This record gives sequence, structure tokens and C-alpha cells, in this order.
Amino acid sequence: MDLSMLWYLVPSVIMFAAGVYGFVTRKNMIALLISLELMLNSADLNFVVFNRFLFPGSMEGMVFTLFAIAIAAAETAIAIAIIVNIYRAVGNTDINSVKKMKY
Amino acid sequence: MDSVANIILYFVVAICMTVFSVMAVTSRRILRAATYLLFVLISTSVIYFQLGYEFLGAVQIAVYAGGIMVLFVFAILLTRKPGDMSAPLESHRRALGISISVAGCVLLLLALFYMPLLNGVSLIEAINSGNRITMHDIGVAFTGTSRFQYLLPFEAVSVLLLACIIGGVVVARKR
Repeated sequence: MDLSMLWYLVPSVIMFAAGVYGFVTRKNMIALLISLELMLNSADLNFVVFNRFLFPGSMEGMVFTLFAIAIAAAETAIAIAIIVNIYRAVGNTDINSVKKMKY
Repeated sequence: MDSVANIILYFVVAICMTVFSVMAVTSRRILRAATYLLFVLISTSVIYFQLGYEFLGAVQIAVYAGGIMVLFVFAILLTRKPGDMSAPLESHRRALGISISVAGCVLLLLALFYMPLLNGVSLIEAINSGNRITMHDIGVAFTGTSRFQYLLPFEAVSVLLLACIIGGVVVARKR
């Protein structure tokens, strides 16, 4: 039995679908962020798998994933700062309770 | 022909990944969802190690499992009482979510299974046909400006992280 590329792409697809489901159904903003991380993670996994199986001599997929991880970390930090700020202003972190901006 | 150990490792990690990613979005306790996300991230890093990208797996553990998860747990504990359950989903919302995600999943899987690009190269062949990526290669790739070198994006990411630090402090500080 060979572990070909398809074997690695199928869990990635399922992870992405789970992320979409969470993004559509959840209302808590932190849960939305968790679903977003799942989707980003499955995209990263795809980059690495394509790099390894189709272009084993180069490392561009790995480099792209490194940048994606760095940017995802920055995005999560800012998003959590915003969520904590919203919690201070509104009192919960429900996405439905944020209906107006500052002005 | 891949070794039996690789196949067993693959199945353990793939099952962990799918089960925990589904549990992370269906669990009603948000702290548990964050823990399941941590398991998914660690399984992904195991796959990176298995594919031969040791540096990437280490970065995944350090940044995601170390940094981002701590941020998540802090934010959850700051905004909710531990043990709080979120309200049960409304049925139309759940139906919408299930239909969108199942339709997308089926579509992507069909596209995958009919794609001629997915050649029959096995893992061991793919690893042996490429040269091993050393830290020296990564350092060279990140500190040059010629072809296949990424000094400019690297600097841009460092500026982005600085902006992120300042922005995080400005947004979340107490007035």
C-alpha cells in the first residue's frame, strides 16, 4: 500500500469543511476564530503536500506556509484584542450583539 | 511501498485530525473546542514531520500550539466563565451549515478523485527524490534577493508583526 498524495488531501478537505460548518453555525466570536484557524491550517497542509509530492526538489510551498503561519499569528492576536475590547464595551462576545461601531 | 510504521502513523494522525476538527466546531464548551483545536494543530505538525519538513513542524508547534493557543485560552477565560455552555444551535442555522459544508466537501472530494495531477508517487519515493532541506537552505532562502529567495517578504512580515504588537496594545488597552 502506498501513501500517495490523495491520502493527505482527504483529511485536509474534511478539516476545511468542518471549518466552514463552524464559521456558518457558531455565534461566539472566539469560536468563529477557531473555525478560521481550522480553514487556514488545512490550506497550509495543502501547500506542504503539493510541495512534497509534485515538486520535491524545491521548497516554495514550505516557505509560503511559513509566511502564512506568521500572518495567521498576527491576525489572531489582533482579532483577540478586538474581541476583548468588544467584551468590555458590550458585555458578551456574541456576533449578534455587535450591531454598531463607535459612531 | 511505504513502510508499515509510516502507514500506521498516517492513519493515527489522519483519524485524530478529522475527529478532533469535527469536535472542535461542534463542541458547545468553548474551552474544550480550543483544546480540540490544539490537538488538530499538533496532528498537522506530525504530518509536517512525516513529510520531511522538520523546521516547519517545529514552527507549527511553537507558533500555533504554543503562541496562538495561549492567546485563545486567555481570551476565553477573560470573556467567559469556565464551564459555560453556549446556547444550542437553531435548527435552520445548523441545516444551513451542514448543507454548505457537506456540499463543499463532496465537491472537493469529487474534484480530488478525478484530478489527473494526483500521480501515484508514494511518500517514500517523494522523500527520496528530493534533497533534504537543511537549516542552511532555509537561511539562504530567507536572506537573499535573487530568484527563490525571500528577503523582502521576510522584512515585510517583521514590519507586520511590529504593527501587530502596536495595534494589539492600542486596541486592547484600558482607557
